[in-house]
Amino acid sequence: MSDSAARLVTLSAARWRLSIILTAAMALIYVAFILLIAFNKQLLGTVLVPGLSLGILLGVLVIVSAWALIMIYVRWTNANYDVALADIRRAHREGR
Amino acid sequence: MGEPNLVAMSGFVIFIALSLVITWFAARRTHSTKDFYAAGGSVTALQNGLALAGDYMSAASFLGIAGLVALSGFDGLIYSIGFLVGWPVVVCLIAEPLRHLGRFTFSDVVAFRLRQAPVRVASAAGSLAVIAFYLIAQMVGAGNLIRLLFGLDYEVAVAIVGVVMLAYVLFGGMIATTWVQIVKAVLLLSGAFMLAAMVLARFSFNPLALFAAAAEQYGPAVLAPGRLVSDPVDAISLGLALMFGTAGLPHILMRFYTVPDGRTARVSVAYATAIIGIFYLLTFILGFGAMVLVGQDAIRGVDAGGNMAAPLLAEVVGGQAFLGFIAAVAFATILAVVAGLTLAGAAALSHDIYVNVFRHGHATEKEQLLVARYATIVLALISIGLGIVFKGQNVAYMVGLAFAIAASANFPALILSMFWKPFTTRGAQASILFGTVATLALIYLSPTIQVDLLKHTTAYFPYRNPGLFTIPLSFIIGIIVSLAAPEPAAAAGFAKLEQQIHFGAPDEDAS
Repeated sequence: MSDSAARLVTLSAARWRLSIILTAAMALIYVAFILLIAFNKQLLGTVLVPGLSLGILLGVLVIVSAWALIMIYVRWTNANYDVALADIRRAHREGR
Repeated sequence: MGEPNLVAMSGFVIFIALSLVITWFAARRTHSTKDFYAAGGSVTALQNGLALAGDYMSAASFLGIAGLVALSGFDGLIYSIGFLVGWPVVVCLIAEPLRHLGRFTFSDVVAFRLRQAPVRVASAAGSLAVIAFYLIAQMVGAGNLIRLLFGLDYEVAVAIVGVVMLAYVLFGGMIATTWVQIVKAVLLLSGAFMLAAMVLARFSFNPLALFAAAAEQYGPAVLAPGRLVSDPVDAISLGLALMFGTAGLPHILMRFYTVPDGRTARVSVAYATAIIGIFYLLTFILGFGAMVLVGQDAIRGVDAGGNMAAPLLAEVVGGQAFLGFIAAVAFATILAVVAGLTLAGAAALSHDIYVNVFRHGHATEKEQLLVARYATIVLALISIGLGIVFKGQNVAYMVGLAFAIAASANFPALILSMFWKPFTTRGAQASILFGTVATLALIYLSPTIQVDLLKHTTAYFPYRNPGLFTIPLSFIIGIIVSLAAPEPAAAAGFAKLEQQIHFGAPDEDAS
């Protein structure tokens, strides 16, 4: 296996690892939210300040967490993955 | 309400005129299949983000969720949230590989290293099933909406949507559909913003004051979860369908072929999610605003399902003129989504079935375009027909069905074909067909059909959403069938697939 091929395997594994962690994080957050709704309605109905229940706050946070997870992925791939990929491509061309 | 409204009519006519101008320009640029299906691959990240948001923010989101929140408070928000959590899955697992592996449809990816014809037949069937139910929902929504807002007959309204949409897709292909989608997304977002601002102006721009007013008027229960999520299994099942269904919707997946590269695909999802998230946060305000300012009884009086909450709210805070504007925006929304769906359906029929199955990939550009346009006409007629036949069906339920099929039929095959080397042609066929058939069967046996529709006392299958069972089973069936009869050629193609996931197709290597 050439050097650039080996580096691609490592890079590929790193990206899939991040993808799977982020997907699992989203699933966990969302399932936890649904389970809270299903099993502890009273808790989510707790009014924190007039007009704001814990449920509404957590709901907004689920939306914000989806944004955050996407931002993590896009920032990492834009800054690291794309650069490393361009590197491998260059090395591959020169090696040829 | 229900009376022909001059502003609504003119807004509606202006939008149609504008979109037909777009179509005319787009038609002059549509020469190849790549133009027709993928807008020449030249859409920017922000444009694609808006178009994705446009495809995703259907009338069900705008009217349905605002109505649900207005009538049941917090429970409506559960839907808003569920529709957003699928996007991290799309960007992390699907967007870039899809862009790099395929050309026009998601079947391109599933069939990449498998035997073309059998896989494409199965995945085109999965696509068309999703598209059919999604289309029915949009058409039924359009018919009802136009009847209420413009006083036109249901059938006339459905026919108008069908014919105008046909013009976009037939002549302007993906270029016109994308631009109509962008215009619609901007209109919908600004309409929702204006409406929310006018509502909040009455509550010193403090959303909490609005929620507090709702709690005061209707009791604190409106801020807490209620009856909607009574069974946790059902709730998680729906949640899974929403989460993984987004990554299996053919008209959404198709948009990733319209951008030049993987990086643009990825960034466009970030834009789309920002736009969609803001839009769903606005539905919180619109829903509670309608609850307080219009009143639940008044909303139910116009439409029992609450679908007219947002237009009624517009009338209360902005008068007839603003009602007209919001009505026109809602109509534009439906029209654009129907166009996107039809184009995805035409791609499945023409690119997957005709070109790759009947002609074994050997059709001239001219022939492919011709077949794609015939397929568009057929689909437009079918969607008008379905809209009329399914008059009176519950719209949100139909969309839920589409998501369940997408998550159980398309998503597992897509993931296995990209990540699991031993996946075979038979495995793909089995997984897709099982996902489609099992979802349809379980929904038929569920309380939604058996109890609500057929008025039986019990249902054969206790849950309304089959996703929790059908999604894992589709994966398992795909895996078992593949292991039972290995396909060396498919496994051998995996190295090329892995290479191309990162670098894209060799002939369109840009950098």
